[in-house]
Amino acid sequence: MKILVLMKMVPDIVEELEVAGDGTSLDQEYLRFIVNERDDYALEQALLLKDRLQAAVTVVAPEAPEIDDVLHTALAKGADRVIRVSGIAATAGTRSTASALATTLPGIPGVLPADLVLSGCQAIDDLDGFVAPLLAGALDLPYLGLVSRITVDPGAGTAVVAKEYAGGVMGRFEVALPAFLGVQGCEKPPRYVPIAKVRAAIASGGIEVVAAVSGPATTPLEVTAMAKPEAAGHAEMLEGSVRDVADKLADILAARGLL
Amino acid sequence: MAGNVWVVAEHWKGTISEATYELLALGRNLADSLGVRLEAVLLGHGVRGLAASLGTADAVLYVDHPVLADATGQQASRALAALASARVPATILVPTTNVSWDLLGLLPGRLGVPFVNFCRDVEAIDGALQVSSLLYGGKMAVTVAAGPGPVVLAVLPGTRSPEAGRSAAVPAVEEVSVDLADDSGVRLLEYQEPEAGDVDITQQDVLVAVGRGIGNEANLEVAEDLAAALGGAVCGSRPVIDQGWLPLVRQVGKSGVTVKPRLYVAAGISGAPEHVEGMKDSEVIIAVNTDAGAPIFSVAHYGIVDDATDVLEALAEAVRKRKG
Amino acid sequence: MATATVLETPDLTLDGLLATPEGRPLLSCIQCGTCAGTCPYGDVMRYTPRRLIGMLREGFIEEAIASDDLLTCVTCYDCWAKCPRGLHLTDVLLPLVKEQVLLRLPQVPAELQSALSNTMRYGNPMGESPRKRAAWVDGAGVPVPILRDLGRPVDVLWIVECYSAYYPRGQDNARATARVLAALGVDFAILGTEEKCAGECARLVGEKGLFDTLREQNMATFGKYEFASLLTSDPHAFDAFAYVYPSLGLDRPVDHTTPFLAARLDALRPRLTRELGYRVTYHDSCVLGRHNHMHDEPRRILEALPGVSLVEMTHNRDNTICCGGGGGGMWLDTHYKAKGHPRLSDRRVEEAAATGADVLAVSCPYEVPRFEDSLKVLGYDDRMVVRDVMELVAEALDD
Repeated sequence: MKILVLMKMVPDIVEELEVAGDGTSLDQEYLRFIVNERDDYALEQALLLKDRLQAAVTVVAPEAPEIDDVLHTALAKGADRVIRVSGIAATAGTRSTASALATTLPGIPGVLPADLVLSGCQAIDDLDGFVAPLLAGALDLPYLGLVSRITVDPGAGTAVVAKEYAGGVMGRFEVALPAFLGVQGCEKPPRYVPIAKVRAAIASGGIEVVAAVSGPATTPLEVTAMAKPEAAGHAEMLEGSVRDVADKLADILAARGLL
Repeated sequence: MAGNVWVVAEHWKGTISEATYELLALGRNLADSLGVRLEAVLLGHGVRGLAASLGTADAVLYVDHPVLADATGQQASRALAALASARVPATILVPTTNVSWDLLGLLPGRLGVPFVNFCRDVEAIDGALQVSSLLYGGKMAVTVAAGPGPVVLAVLPGTRSPEAGRSAAVPAVEEVSVDLADDSGVRLLEYQEPEAGDVDITQQDVLVAVGRGIGNEANLEVAEDLAAALGGAVCGSRPVIDQGWLPLVRQVGKSGVTVKPRLYVAAGISGAPEHVEGMKDSEVIIAVNTDAGAPIFSVAHYGIVDDATDVLEALAEAVRKRKG
Repeated sequence: MATATVLETPDLTLDGLLATPEGRPLLSCIQCGTCAGTCPYGDVMRYTPRRLIGMLREGFIEEAIASDDLLTCVTCYDCWAKCPRGLHLTDVLLPLVKEQVLLRLPQVPAELQSALSNTMRYGNPMGESPRKRAAWVDGAGVPVPILRDLGRPVDVLWIVECYSAYYPRGQDNARATARVLAALGVDFAILGTEEKCAGECARLVGEKGLFDTLREQNMATFGKYEFASLLTSDPHAFDAFAYVYPSLGLDRPVDHTTPFLAARLDALRPRLTRELGYRVTYHDSCVLGRHNHMHDEPRRILEALPGVSLVEMTHNRDNTICCGGGGGGMWLDTHYKAKGHPRLSDRRVEEAAATGADVLAVSCPYEVPRFEDSLKVLGYDDRMVVRDVMELVAEALDD
């Protein structure tokens, strides 16, 4: 069984985000990128299925700063093949990334067709689209998103998945394979892999690089301004030692009849 | 922009969602500014009766088909794309809820039109749309000039009040037929309610909510302690549920529940839109986070930049002393 | 008495251990079990050093490394200190066994996983931005030069380390230390945002790859600058620089702030004029105290402070009781709690409270949060506070 995982990098919000001089984009000077958290869950789900079904897992990711760390880590965790796609502009947006992946993936030997394609169903930088459904549509694969549990019946060629709804309600769906699932969660959080294994993966090379095949041009959104959000209201900030603050809060609660 | 403003009339388990009414209110504003009609698009099977409450719209476009019975994005996006290709609306407003998530993800590709995500407001200015969205977990606000031509907007909860979108008027219903095949490959088996916990957090007056900033599972005790002192319960944001520190029934936000307690203490929660939508209407919101720039401080009434566990601990003590 | 030694072999592995100078002595273990007897968690650990050595010698270590038992080791150096053969237990054997445990663990406890991933990515276990690593400097009250901006060689490169840079109570220590260094007229500088964790606790919990990565990055940073010696506030970083980094080429003298000050006490004495009026009990840290036997230095400093009287706890000097934070313990509280292990810091704080002292003095940054926590939990926080030795010195310093 073949599983394809799409991963991408997003701005790391541990660092303070600043607006660039042009007023419409992120300042790049201190910007760092981190793997999209939901993609990490997609990889974890793929690896769990690999263990259970003896599947082969291929990871594909567009080029971005620090992407090699993510790909080497995926190898160290157990992915069989990791591929970096060069030539997709990180700043061009999600729509353009999905479009480029849709035209590039078919040409990479051994990647498609896959029985199951997994990717995070959302990312914090998805202004003009979500990669998973856009790519699923372009590849003409059935799609279901917000998936947090997957079991596969390879014999029947189906998967049974749990999709999240509000209030903790789960929808159980049967999906005919091949299919594309947008991952929101997993039965366990992404696993840890000791750095020594990642270093070994780095030493053994292992990242295949392919050039993106450009598809139909997509028009980027016209962003006219980017700024830190002005709050409609803002909290009254309480200062002082933890004890002081606690006392002030207790006063506030008492005054509002909440004690 | 010659086309009409469309709102997806989201419904689930037989009821039109609150988000739909919010979008109708927003859509009404936009349609009036643009001088076009507001139409609600109702997709389903045997749900024509739900159209009656959509009177804020000038008309309801109703597509009835057996494959639309189970609200999967696969079929809904095909139906809506077919309808939109024919009618060419100026904009389609879709709520960013779990129910409509796949629809709004698939629709732009099927229709071949632009899409703007995480919209927290939309204005019509000189016949074009100016969209305001939140990115990077709520840390940046972007303004997007959308149009001309149809655009799909994924709208966050809270842009308008649902009351503003309700109307006693009964709209005209136009039933439209769309060719759909039962070949989506996705089939609903059943819905599973969460295992009932002993606590229904939507019924609590006081909630102590913990997020990633609580550090580790052992610190939950501190939150439990404060909740006990205040006569409330503990709930959490997504990361805490992902780690398995709290069960799903305690999750507040998009895949969890919406709560409106008298007091909501957000401890170590950053305030990303998916969480905020679930608690923003709480009467009093106290937020504690070590990051002074955390978006939670925009929605909180009182904010403290400090370690969540330390503050919760001290607050429990102060509360107990006060209560005597 | 066991003495801390510089490790010669740069790349030790459990497989090849017995063939190395550090590992060969393990063949002479007499299986006396003193290690197990002295271990603070000896009653809850299955695979004590005695058993590990026996299994290693006989070739069936697999059972031990397939278990999560070794996560309970807090690398307190007690077994190392008491071993009649002076074997390299805590400094060599245990981290190598733990390295194999980490490779096999189906699931690494969440908090430990975060701490290790954060250290790899941000250079600190808290996951704070590296750009904020020198933010504490603002409230120091004295100039704290950043080496990159200084543009000249410096006598002392002071490695502040993660907890002192980022945790509020650690920052109190950092600021106090800056004042003391300034009062001594020391020519020092810090790396600021270029500083990364020394990684010793990562090494001691078995994350050798992480330690090696940090060591390479730190050696590259050190290589950019000229400095006569290294100074650090963190005993674990001291151990790393003094005993493990030399095999990769670090050849500068290394000191910890406590013995550094003790050696210069006479110069500072005239300025230690404020009456503190404290009854102080000093907690010997596992690393500075038991591993490096620096017991007298902190006591001499405390005795030099006006109005300070010292009282000893039952377990002191080489017999000190670990705070439970070493070897990954700082990030395994939830794991230990789930297993029902008692908190070591609670044990220690009970002893401290029994002395009747007002102040529990420490010289390792892990101890402050751990003991403050225990004071609260045990209900002693109204009668005893925790202070780093440097904080007390700064308090006694005239302006």
